[in-house]
Amino acid sequence: MEKKPGWKDIPIGGLIPRAGNSHEYKTGGWRTWRPVHYPENCINCLVCFYSCPDSSILFEDGKIVGIDYDHCKGCGICARECLINKREMKKPEGERKLAIEMVLEEN
Amino acid sequence: MADRKIRQVKLSLTGNEAGAFALKQANPDVAAVFPITPQTELMHAFSAYVADGAVNTEMVYVESEHSAMSATVGAAAAGARAFTATSANGLALMWEIVYIAASLRLPIVMPVINRALSGPINIHCDHSDTMGARDAGWIQIFCENSQEVYDSLLCAFRIGENKKVLLPVMVTLDGFIISHTTEVVETIERDEDARAFIGPYEPWISLLDVDNPVTMGPLDLQDYYFEHKRQQVEAMTNAPAVIDEVFAAYGELTGRRYERVEKYRTDDAEVVLMSLGSTAGTAKEAVDVLRDEGLAVGHLKVRTFRPFPFDLVREALSGAKVVGVLDRSISFGAQYGPLCTEVMAAVHGKDVEIRNFIYGLGGRDIFVEQIAETGRSLYDLMRGKKDLPPQSYIGLRE
Ligand code: SF4
Ligand code: SF4
Repeated sequence: MEKKPGWKDIPIGGLIPRAGNSHEYKTGGWRTWRPVHYPENCINCLVCFYSCPDSSILFEDGKIVGIDYDHCKGCGICARECLINKREMKKPEGERKLAIEMVLEEN
Repeated sequence: MADRKIRQVKLSLTGNEAGAFALKQANPDVAAVFPITPQTELMHAFSAYVADGAVNTEMVYVESEHSAMSATVGAAAAGARAFTATSANGLALMWEIVYIAASLRLPIVMPVINRALSGPINIHCDHSDTMGARDAGWIQIFCENSQEVYDSLLCAFRIGENKKVLLPVMVTLDGFIISHTTEVVETIERDEDARAFIGPYEPWISLLDVDNPVTMGPLDLQDYYFEHKRQQVEAMTNAPAVIDEVFAAYGELTGRRYERVEKYRTDDAEVVLMSLGSTAGTAKEAVDVLRDEGLAVGHLKVRTFRPFPFDLVREALSGAKVVGVLDRSISFGAQYGPLCTEVMAAVHGKDVEIRNFIYGLGGRDIFVEQIAETGRSLYDLMRGKKDLPPQSYIGLRE
């Protein structure tokens, strides 16, 4: 087990005395639903990128390249806001070609 | 006076005015406030100092006490010396943030003008408001009169801001009984002398320090919360020595020396009465009455309810056979009132009889003769002439 510091060795008041460390906190563990991105259906409009409250849509060279599962909390906002999904959700279930789909986490 | 470095002047002030005057001399950076009876006059008087330019304080007029404490916490987190003031339901409304102020280790100062909590609604004095906050992690100093209000507020900043403590401090005064009664109060004549006693504010942390960015109040779950609570315990454990040090320095400066408890004719007392706040004055009169009757009775006043002066109470009660503890609030479902519970813990294992008396709820008056009669019945108990239940009432109609 990781040995954590005792009460005498940590800053008082729950203070975090370092900037930019929220990245180290893996909020991905909170997820119940997992967004899955399908690049073949995606038009790279970036709506999901701007909508994600946790900056977990990974974007490189004009393209969505995946999802940061260490930090994505599975809120589903990306899938709800996705422009392609808005069109596809009007189709019957078996015919939809979603660009982001929320699937239940396995464990 | 000649041996002291400062000049003092006597003023006639109500408890609220004495509080406002001390805060004016302290000249804090920020005050956030919402009015509530009987606190209103204190902040009314302080607002006048702000309007007159007598202080540099930034006044924030907020829309509720929850906001008042939130704004005070925000200001303190930004490195400001900050205060607010409240009473009863106002304190209840700030509850959430009262705990946060202590947990974030922000040395805020807050006069609380004691008033009964609703309901039924009542604006007069009892201690139910501040007793409810006794586990919030604040230092609590109870005042007997306007003089103590003035003195305690000047000391409060220095106690709370001490690096070994870093806790918020509540200074309590009985609603109307002290807050609205004019008394002679000896004050430090020059504001600079009072300010020099408090000292310049050196915040241990400031969110405005952009070179050292920090996060305050983050999520703190199973892995660290417990350790942070232990740190608060340590701060409370350090507080008595710091309080003693500040009271001693204040005594040097002004000649008014305080301790965490005040003993009145307790040295040879067989029966000791105990109380908090303004009732201590009435109880001391009752002690004199009983002494004249030849009864060895004394009074022990507790000034700092948090941290509770266990050592001093235990020592002061070492010769007592019977102790009568007066509580101006009820802990429903508990065997004793809040003060009595602490006294029981302090004397644990000692051969002493303790009886608890609930009195004065909702501002019901307490008179010298009622306390004297209580002292007599405790004396009868000691002599085996009478039995008394663990808890009973003074001034209640059956
Ligand atoms: S599910 Fe929520 S957190 Fe995860 S990528 Fe989508 S918008 Fe971001
Ligand atoms: S909103 Fe949908 S289509 Fe647009 S970039 Fe995101 S996944 Fe692709």
